[in-house]
Amino acid sequence: MKDESADTPRGNGLIGVVPIVLSAALFGWFWTFLEPISNGEAVRLVWDWVPAMQISLSFLFDGLSLTFALLISGIGTLVLLYSNTYLAGHPQFARFVLFLFSFMLAMLGLVLADNLIALFVFWELTTITSYLLIGFGHETEKGRRSALQALFVTGAGALALLAGLILLGLSMGTFEMSEILARGDEVRAHQYYLPILILILAGAFTKSAQFPFHFWLPNAMAAPTPVSAFLHSATMVKAGVYLMARIHPAFSGTEVWVWTLTIAGGFTAVFASVLALRQTDLKQALAYTTLMALGTLTLFLGQDSAYALTAFAAFLIVHSFYKAALFLVVGCIDHATGTREADILGGLGRAMPVTAIAAALAALSMAGVPPLLGFISKEIQYAGGLEVASSPVFVVSAVLAASSLMFAVAGIVAFRPFWRPPGGEMPKSPHEAPWPMLAGPVILATLGLVFGLFPGVVQTALVNPTVAGFLGTAEGAATLKLWAGVNLPLMLSLATFAIGFILYAVHRPLRAYLARLDAAAPNFDRGWDRFLDWLKGLAAWQTRVIQTGVLRQYMWTTFAVIVVGVGATLAIKGNVNLAAAFDDVTWRNTAILLLICAGTILTMITRSRVAAITGLGVVGIGVALVFILFSAPDVAITQLLVETLVVVLVAVALLRLPFLDKRGESDHRPADAMLAVAVGTVVTLTLLAVLNEPFDRRLTDYFDATSWPAAFGRNIVNVILVDFRALDTFGEIAVVVIAALASYALLRTTKGRKDP
Amino acid sequence: MNSIILRAGTKYLVGLLILFSIYMLLRGHNEPGGGFIGGLIGATGFVLYALGCGTSEAREALRIEPQTVAMVGLGIALAAGLAAAFFGDPLFTGQWLFINETEDDKGIPLSTVLVFDIGVYLVVFGSILTLVFAMEEEL
Repeated sequence: MKDESADTPRGNGLIGVVPIVLSAALFGWFWTFLEPISNGEAVRLVWDWVPAMQISLSFLFDGLSLTFALLISGIGTLVLLYSNTYLAGHPQFARFVLFLFSFMLAMLGLVLADNLIALFVFWELTTITSYLLIGFGHETEKGRRSALQALFVTGAGALALLAGLILLGLSMGTFEMSEILARGDEVRAHQYYLPILILILAGAFTKSAQFPFHFWLPNAMAAPTPVSAFLHSATMVKAGVYLMARIHPAFSGTEVWVWTLTIAGGFTAVFASVLALRQTDLKQALAYTTLMALGTLTLFLGQDSAYALTAFAAFLIVHSFYKAALFLVVGCIDHATGTREADILGGLGRAMPVTAIAAALAALSMAGVPPLLGFISKEIQYAGGLEVASSPVFVVSAVLAASSLMFAVAGIVAFRPFWRPPGGEMPKSPHEAPWPMLAGPVILATLGLVFGLFPGVVQTALVNPTVAGFLGTAEGAATLKLWAGVNLPLMLSLATFAIGFILYAVHRPLRAYLARLDAAAPNFDRGWDRFLDWLKGLAAWQTRVIQTGVLRQYMWTTFAVIVVGVGATLAIKGNVNLAAAFDDVTWRNTAILLLICAGTILTMITRSRVAAITGLGVVGIGVALVFILFSAPDVAITQLLVETLVVVLVAVALLRLPFLDKRGESDHRPADAMLAVAVGTVVTLTLLAVLNEPFDRRLTDYFDATSWPAAFGRNIVNVILVDFRALDTFGEIAVVVIAALASYALLRTTKGRKDP
Repeated sequence: MNSIILRAGTKYLVGLLILFSIYMLLRGHNEPGGGFIGGLIGATGFVLYALGCGTSEAREALRIEPQTVAMVGLGIALAAGLAAAFFGDPLFTGQWLFINETEDDKGIPLSTVLVFDIGVYLVVFGSILTLVFAMEEEL
């Protein structure tokens, strides 16, 4: 994919540098909010968007959104810097940067949005940009499949989310989240609480890849590594987590909330970390640890206590640091050696010392070893887990299992490749990555250490404001500290290390066993394929049934539905007065009626197509005469012209067709005549029923009165067409153009087929 | 169709029909007529031409592909609707300009509504001809 010359950090010129500078500037701008927000203020910026529908571009800066915004823009800057070298000289680099930067802006919009609809728009923008980024390697079948899978799964969830958000907005009477969240009791007591919750969680669970929607995330690793680092570990997949955190103040505390999130999160966390252990591809292993992190975050969001929420905030931050760093490290390894297979890699520590140190620091944080931030986060998780209201045993065992497995995976990803002898021949001889690719992992891994040593900084700047966002006050927030004394969490930590170490030691035999287990278990990824195949089969089947390709059957179905539908409505609700007054029937009306009847009879009995279409034309002209008699000249003229054109068109077509059915051969006409009579009867009865109702002149009077003063026109029909309802007309003429172009294309294709 | 009378008559009829169609288009705001009807009449003229003299000759006489006419019409209609944005009105609000307006006479009225109607005219005209020409050539 890349040649050796691309390894020099020559970048991609301006197009590579500008996004880096812009995102760094964004980061700086968010930084200025740190002080007011850690003092407990919240900033709201509002622009009107569609005020008539209560949709505004309102942005809320509070502890939670600012934490996310800083992580997104900060890691975004490092990832952009990294990609500038990682994909240096790639022919589609400009496209890549465009996608990545658009994604970052969408993600920032998503976490800062205060309006439900704006939030949804940004949410979908992240789905689309993520689709484009996963499918960046669209030349491969795998890339396309993964991209589509991610799009379908998260897109389907997003539709549910949209329904949930609209329902929430309508039931609360406002679409501003800050107002809704302030009325949490009302939300929880609302009759639609459960449907809203289910719909929103459907969106959040698909986006954040909670079991059983987890299968798209490991596949999304088809994207270039910087994308995986940014979207599929540090930011986008946390959008679902963010949403759950955002609505936590209004929705949490109910039985449904607590148990759904606890069970889904806990199960995802353990399940994913077991699967992580069995992966041999480093990137896949990391993908599953991301699932584990998402599960853990969901698990803690299910709880209400300040301790659990502190654990959420701390783990959110530390995970973003170490996971983005590790992904970038794997990118460096891939870049330097040409492989990511854990069984082949080894001995890289000597060739890539800086990468090795960054990897070690990040992995230690992931394993939860003191004095890194990961350790503190894990202690708080245990402490928070022990005092949850739902089920401390379940939460703590889930965390214990997941953390021990993380410990083992950390060893596989960041220890073995660097310090153990290689297991096979590597495609390229390893060398140290250039500095722009090292900056990201080194900075992020170092932050894990610095914040571990000085946890007070994170505490006041990010954790406390986030917790305050949940509870209104940061008073109950747990203190982050390295040494909390000899207590139960510390014991659990030691147990984690012990179990983790054993798992690491036996991970090879264990992997073979897990692989067998995994093969036996239901495979959601293959299930997804089967589901799509089934869907395609269904579509093909119903197309075969409905689209027979025989015009008669289409017409029959259409008219039969009209007869049954309208007839049934009439029978139930109709007020048909058969004794309607026919006293205003004049000789003119009778003459027109006879003309129409004559045309109809001609059409029915003739055996010549030209005569039949002429007969139909006579019927049309008769109808036009009716319009003229009842003073609707515009309609009459249009009818006349259309009739003329149709007769010409159909005559042109029919002249070339064979003669009508010969006598004796399947004559459809008796059946057709019955249907025709049925349609005629139903329409006549409908008209009689309509005549029974008093004539409503409101619209006519309105247009009569306003047409001249408001639109300077005396021809009401035309004024309605081009002024009052111009948008409708525009839609209609667009349909006319589309129909014309479509038939043109169809005619052209069949032409080529006919005379090859 | 090979009829000398039709061929000869068509040449004059087409011009008259086009002229009449424009007349119908322009008077449409106050009297029966308008873009739909005008477009239909104009198209009838060219359909006649195609019947009398053959499609290729009709295409030559039209000079522009009918699909292009339809698309241009759609563009003009959209532009007329978007113009309202420059005056701060909602989409498709008619904008009027009265030239030589006096106390009791409105003068020459120009409006985006008329521009929109011209777009409708071109769409109907172009779409029908696209269809008719293609069918004639197909068979």
